[in-house]
Amino acid sequence: MLTAMIAIGALAGLFGLLLGYSAIRFRVDADPIVDQIDALLPQTQCGQCGFAGCRPYAEAIAGGEADINQCPPGGEATIQALADLLGVDPKPLNEEHGEHGEKMVAVIDEQTCIGCTLCIQACPVDAILGAAKQMHTVIADECTGCELCLPPCPVDCITMVPVKRDISQWKWPYPEPDHPEIAEAGK
Amino acid sequence: MVTLLEKPATFPGGLHLPSEKSRSLTEPLTSAAIPARLHVPLGQNIGEPAEAVVKPGDKVLRGQLIARSLGYISAPVHAPTSGTVRDVGDYPVPHPSGLSAPCIVIDSDGEDRAAETGLQMDRVYEADPADIRQRVRDAGIVGLGGAGFPTAVKLNPGPDHIVDLLVINGAECEPYITCDEALMCCRPDDIIEGIRIMRHALRAKQVVIGIEDSMPNAIECLRKELERVGETEIRIVAVPTRYPAGGEKQLIYTLTGEEVPSQGLPIDIGVVCHNVGTAAAVARAIHHGEPLISRVVTVTGAGVARPRNFDVRIGTPIGDLVEQAGGYTPDVARLLMGGPMMGFTLNSDRLPVIKTSNCILAASRAEAPDPPHPQPCIRCARCADVCPASLLPQQLYWYAFARNLEKVQDYNLFDCIECGCCALVCPSHIPLVQYYRFAKTEIWDMEREREKADLARRRHEARLQRLEREKKALEERRARARKALDKKPKAGDADAKKAEIAAALARVKARKKETQAATGQADGGNGDGN
Repeated sequence: MLTAMIAIGALAGLFGLLLGYSAIRFRVDADPIVDQIDALLPQTQCGQCGFAGCRPYAEAIAGGEADINQCPPGGEATIQALADLLGVDPKPLNEEHGEHGEKMVAVIDEQTCIGCTLCIQACPVDAILGAAKQMHTVIADECTGCELCLPPCPVDCITMVPVKRDISQWKWPYPEPDHPEIAEAGK
Repeated sequence: MVTLLEKPATFPGGLHLPSEKSRSLTEPLTSAAIPARLHVPLGQNIGEPAEAVVKPGDKVLRGQLIARSLGYISAPVHAPTSGTVRDVGDYPVPHPSGLSAPCIVIDSDGEDRAAETGLQMDRVYEADPADIRQRVRDAGIVGLGGAGFPTAVKLNPGPDHIVDLLVINGAECEPYITCDEALMCCRPDDIIEGIRIMRHALRAKQVVIGIEDSMPNAIECLRKELERVGETEIRIVAVPTRYPAGGEKQLIYTLTGEEVPSQGLPIDIGVVCHNVGTAAAVARAIHHGEPLISRVVTVTGAGVARPRNFDVRIGTPIGDLVEQAGGYTPDVARLLMGGPMMGFTLNSDRLPVIKTSNCILAASRAEAPDPPHPQPCIRCARCADVCPASLLPQQLYWYAFARNLEKVQDYNLFDCIECGCCALVCPSHIPLVQYYRFAKTEIWDMEREREKADLARRRHEARLQRLEREKKALEERRARARKALDKKPKAGDADAKKAEIAAALARVKARKKETQAATGQADGGNGDGN
């Protein structure tokens, strides 16, 4: 009886130590699910979801505080991807947060710009170039189209224009089935 | 180490298509007239488009560089004839999208004066392969078989690879196209010379020319030319006529019995493959100093009066070619670039010929009928029987249909060469290739988006870190200032305070003196000047 108690006690102690050691040795700093969710978000950092950026939104989804249908720039594709990742049913985009639209890029009217730097401070990805009392301009390749630079501009010199698709980025259209019953059969 | 088979192997799948080649071979290969205005697109190759180095109003000579290449996988563009640059801007180009792309518009002066290009090379066979490659690159040569991959890149196997076999592709398999056959019959000297230069540049151990056995004339012409120059190391193999025998991977399999690995390149098995037209272009550049400014184009179909082959300057409007081929017949229904299997519809005949245009097909209603309504897939597996890449077309279709872009890649979508065999045999008339093309471009677009998102994430994180750093720096500065304030003597210490005031006064006085001296000097300077 005593031997058994000692043996089990020793085993329990051993495993306890092992677990304790592993907890320190193999510690995961960040929540991996947050990273996975973050990787699916479009990284516009626009805040339309109601959070301060894509990562905070990812954390909120992981924590169960936010729904997966709050990202208008991502649209259906992102919702579908999130649903697949999290094993939940996809749902339509929550209209409260905005509508999924064409990809846009900010353009500064350089004649009107007064060089106040307010848009530079607002840009979440540092895609605006300029200095105080100097003309500003947007690095189009790095602009995410988040529109966060629009409200601070005192002279309303920033406009959003659709991203120009050049021929190398052209996509073949989906061959529309002429018979709707085939479309149904495939789903 | 790959070896040539004695008897050509049979690649999987494929189709026997009725040949329509004879109709465009009745007339000899002639040069097309140089049009009054040429539209030369800047992006005629796979990879980065070129960048214009001329501006409107500039005079250019034939063969003069008008756009330089950007990056490694890119090709420069040269003026097809002499004249004046009219405009540099977006114009419609031959592309399935029907979109416009940057072009250089040249008004010909009718004189066709040549520029000195400096591409010519003496004693080629003693030259450094790197030098040959550079000249091929400067000549703007791209694969003329249809894909338009920069040839100089394919002439550089890299230090890790030994080229066992150089395959020259003359197995033109599309049922209507005869531009390579015409070239082999009319300019065998350029082709053989180009092959020898390529062999030297690649240090290839063996060379073989694969030609479909339906072209005995071409085989005979090349054989005679080999005899004439006394070349015994280049073999000609007649490969069985079966579409798509001219596909790069299919031709390599036919000749060697070895498969290029999935999503790999021929060089992975020690093989490099070039088109016969590309070989001729290399010879023209190295021996005659001519960059790639023209190519052979087949103008054919029931929609033109006298189908034939032309040697055409790049940038020539397609309509001009049709006119020189006797004009349209009343039967014409559709205009295609490329053959009936892999070509795409053009919406205008004002589009220019580019480096990759091998054929203009003016098809009648009977040749290019409107596709019947697609019916549901009945899983007959005929598509799988004819697939030359041994894929499962119906599975690919199923997942492309459902827009399942992950699953469709699991079935090796990117090994599909879009030959169109599956769609041709499909009893339900499903536009299968369109689904694969849709899925491919959708996947590429997704990857671009992903890269863009990653860039935005990195930049956002960098910004957050910077803000954090700045905040910390500000706090530190404040802390230091507070500390400095604390260190200062207390108000009660009268002597110290006095000393400090005295020191401050002395500083002010010194500064005043300095400025006075400076202004005095400046005034004096001005006075002298006056």
